[in-house]
Amino acid sequence: MPASDVAVQETASQAATRRVVNDFSIQVATVNGSGSQTANLVLLRSIFQMGVPVSGKNLFPSNIAGLPTWYTIRANQDGWIGRKKEIDFLVAMNAETAKEDVLTLEAGAAVVYDEPLKLKELRGDLVFYPVPFDKLVAPVCPDAKLRRLVRNMIYDGILSRLLNADMGQMEKALRKQLGKKTKAIELNLNALKAGYEFASQHLEKRDPFWLEPMDKTGGMILVEGNAAGALGCVMAGCTVVAWYPITPSSSLPEAIIGYMRKYRTDKATGKATFAIVQAEDEIAALGMVLGASWAGARAMTSTSGPGISLMSEFAGLSYYAEVPGVIFDIQRVGPSTGLPTRTAQGDITLAALNSHGDTKHVLLIPASVDECYQMAMDAFDLAERLQTLVFVMSDLDLGMNTWMSDPFPYPTRSIDRGKLLTPEVVKRMGGQFGRYLDIDGDGIPYRSIPGDGMPAYFARGSGHNARGQYSERPDDYQNNLDRLARKFETAKTLVPKPILDEQPGADIGFVAFGTSHWAVEESRDQLARENGLKTSYLRLRAYPFTPELVAFIERYPRIYVVEQNRDAQMLSLIKMDLTSAQSGRCRSVLHYNGLPIDARSITDDVLVQEGLKAPEAQHVVEFAGGAAGVGGE
Amino acid sequence: MSVTTPQPGKKANRIGLEMQPYRGGKTTLCAGCGHNAISERIIDAFFEMGVDPNQVIKLSGIGCSSKSPAYFLGGAHGFNAVHGRMPSVGTGAMLANRKMIAIGVSGDGDTGAIGIGQFVHLMRRNLPIIYIIEDNGCYGLTKGQFSPTADLGSKLKTGVINDLPPIDTCALAIELGATFVARSFSGDKKQLLSILKASLSHRGTSMIDVLSPCVTFNDHDGSTKSYAYVKDHDEPLGEVSFVPFFEDISVEYDAGTSKEVTLHDGSRLYLKKVAEDYDPTDRIAAMRLLHETSRRGEFATGVLYIEPDRDDFIELLNLVDEPLATLPVERIRPDQAALDEINESLR
Repeated sequence: MPASDVAVQETASQAATRRVVNDFSIQVATVNGSGSQTANLVLLRSIFQMGVPVSGKNLFPSNIAGLPTWYTIRANQDGWIGRKKEIDFLVAMNAETAKEDVLTLEAGAAVVYDEPLKLKELRGDLVFYPVPFDKLVAPVCPDAKLRRLVRNMIYDGILSRLLNADMGQMEKALRKQLGKKTKAIELNLNALKAGYEFASQHLEKRDPFWLEPMDKTGGMILVEGNAAGALGCVMAGCTVVAWYPITPSSSLPEAIIGYMRKYRTDKATGKATFAIVQAEDEIAALGMVLGASWAGARAMTSTSGPGISLMSEFAGLSYYAEVPGVIFDIQRVGPSTGLPTRTAQGDITLAALNSHGDTKHVLLIPASVDECYQMAMDAFDLAERLQTLVFVMSDLDLGMNTWMSDPFPYPTRSIDRGKLLTPEVVKRMGGQFGRYLDIDGDGIPYRSIPGDGMPAYFARGSGHNARGQYSERPDDYQNNLDRLARKFETAKTLVPKPILDEQPGADIGFVAFGTSHWAVEESRDQLARENGLKTSYLRLRAYPFTPELVAFIERYPRIYVVEQNRDAQMLSLIKMDLTSAQSGRCRSVLHYNGLPIDARSITDDVLVQEGLKAPEAQHVVEFAGGAAGVGGE
Repeated sequence: MSVTTPQPGKKANRIGLEMQPYRGGKTTLCAGCGHNAISERIIDAFFEMGVDPNQVIKLSGIGCSSKSPAYFLGGAHGFNAVHGRMPSVGTGAMLANRKMIAIGVSGDGDTGAIGIGQFVHLMRRNLPIIYIIEDNGCYGLTKGQFSPTADLGSKLKTGVINDLPPIDTCALAIELGATFVARSFSGDKKQLLSILKASLSHRGTSMIDVLSPCVTFNDHDGSTKSYAYVKDHDEPLGEVSFVPFFEDISVEYDAGTSKEVTLHDGSRLYLKKVAEDYDPTDRIAAMRLLHETSRRGEFATGVLYIEPDRDDFIELLNLVDEPLATLPVERIRPDQAALDEINESLR
């Protein structure tokens, strides 16, 4: 039973008789830089090891140390691992936010808190567990300087006891997390046990939340999307990486560096089969990628919205001079600097139409860590096949948070280097190489690579004819633009197709993409169970759109396009492909507060638009998490 | 040092190629433009050094200067990039294929204004590339506005006086760690040719600022980048003599008046000393010389600074000997065992 069903009047003792098993969210509120990440990941991993589907989301400030941060873990027996709005179990460690954190809880929630914060008096409809963290940490950590870091492990011990999380799993997770740091393992293990002991002796279980072992995570892995994307690039045979540090993208190239050093260093010579450059800015990063790709390497960069803004000029060059390139866009909240550590799907139109003139780009849109891995490989193949820029549109939620996945499968096909010039092709061209000749009728020309011994050409962003010569002739220009449009049509036959899940008799069709997927799937379940509404669903995985999209829109009277931005960016792109009648079927569900989208928000929005629920009188902010009025940058 | 060379025909160079693949398209720059003279010297240098155009990449940004790669080495691949961003494109290309010889042509606006950031970082990295600035102190293609290398007090045709100090790209390059820094004049055929040939023997970045008067917008009285002014104020450091590695010539020189520098490929450079204590391998001396000549309103030309032995960017990155671009899939895709190990670490 979801926590929101708990009546406000319910007493703690009544709650204790009710059991909510493997279906709740835990939120840990701490101070940034206090080392809570280890404790949070140990807790997450323990639940995962118990076989219970779980996800972890870090809501952190743009700051290194001192500002409030929250970590949310959701355990769900049905496998719903999108964000859940309501917090069932709060661990309040941060004096600055504790009061507000407690006041925004739903009735019936439980709170473990640092005793001196005196939170108990705030509300009578919650279950409180005061814990004297400072008193507990002193004996297990004689070094006072380390206590700040170790005390967080105490709440893992408390939760282990209160939620019935297996201490054996906790210890195993801790050892996994800390690797070979034996001293740290010992300290943290003692803290973990101290928390468990304290809870056993002093805390009476009065909340309804329980963990029980299941068998739903066997054989699976836990990984962040950025690491998955990085691994995909390494397996794709990427040879040149140029990047500039930016949140939330940096961990992707950094993961590439780690994997490359270990797995792409030539065993015989100790030399690198890769080049990685931290560039002077995002402009140079994409310049290096295009230079490398033009010279035949598989090259990529990774960035976020502000970086894409800077890269626009080179993006247009890639499109027009037809130079391959791969950009990972780990989207964050804009406009401008925006909220650097919060998530959004706000770069859709920026990326799709990036740069001046008639420019269009191929987008791949992963929804899972597995797709981050697979689409990295797709991106390189498509970039070289189509000789154009390919964006992989991840986001902060996917890139920086920890997700469950099946293990990464070994690629089943070799790499595709696309159309490379050969003497036979030159013959088909009438004996003279034309860089932008369309001899196959698919809009894709042939390219030679410096040093390959084939005829050279002069790549340029200025006007050119089919032979690659400078030209300002109207017919040359228009023919070239038309061929590029033809090439974009060919792209439709090559990009990953959408995933369809259709219900007979449904009047509602969802269209969503990327991380919105998880909330949409759960919302469909809510709409079916709670409201008897059948829905169908098309998950977009690429731009340009394939014919499946328009066909889907034709099949349903009402289409809800779900996205995490204010301006319905994806719907705007979709409408470019629709008739006005088709456009008329489309509505928007928009979520743009910086937090990952959740199922309940979608369900409520759809019910209101369907006329089945009265609109909220006022928009309610369910969680106020975030530094405000402080100098975070 | 001697090499076995093919038996060339009368007009062929040491690798048996005739002049044709070294030539480029017909220039569209103004008649008399200094940039055309530079293109001619590039053609001569690459021909005489016997560099295969098929192993060369030509790069440029935007502007009059950046059009010029179309006018030399027609047999080479070229990339006319975006304004001020040639260094990054060249960097990527050389990382992809370390076997290529890169020549980039930029202008004073392309380098000194919009591209100063990329220029700065290119110099720091010591990428193997010949980086030429065709320097005329103005924006020719947009009709003669001042560029950042225009001298203080120089006058536009319209009478506008430049009131900002110039950027000395050579001093900047030396400051940033460039390993081959030269200045020349498009009108000095012999010196420019020697410098270009020496740059082909250098490992790392060769930064060559070539004063190249704009005959249309900056060749009048009052301009400090006019032919007449540059000719009058050119202060050659002394004769630059270059002996390529493939020519077995013994040179007698006086250590008191000349300096011998052995370049990376074994070629030798003889630099006649401008002053007894001037040493082109001494950064501080080079900086002092540039500051002193510029204070006198003169242009010191020649090889200003050279550091022949520093590792280039490719060495620094410890890249495999073969071009990254053409490594077979087995060498760039880890095997099943590697992926299994990674999966296991994530369980």
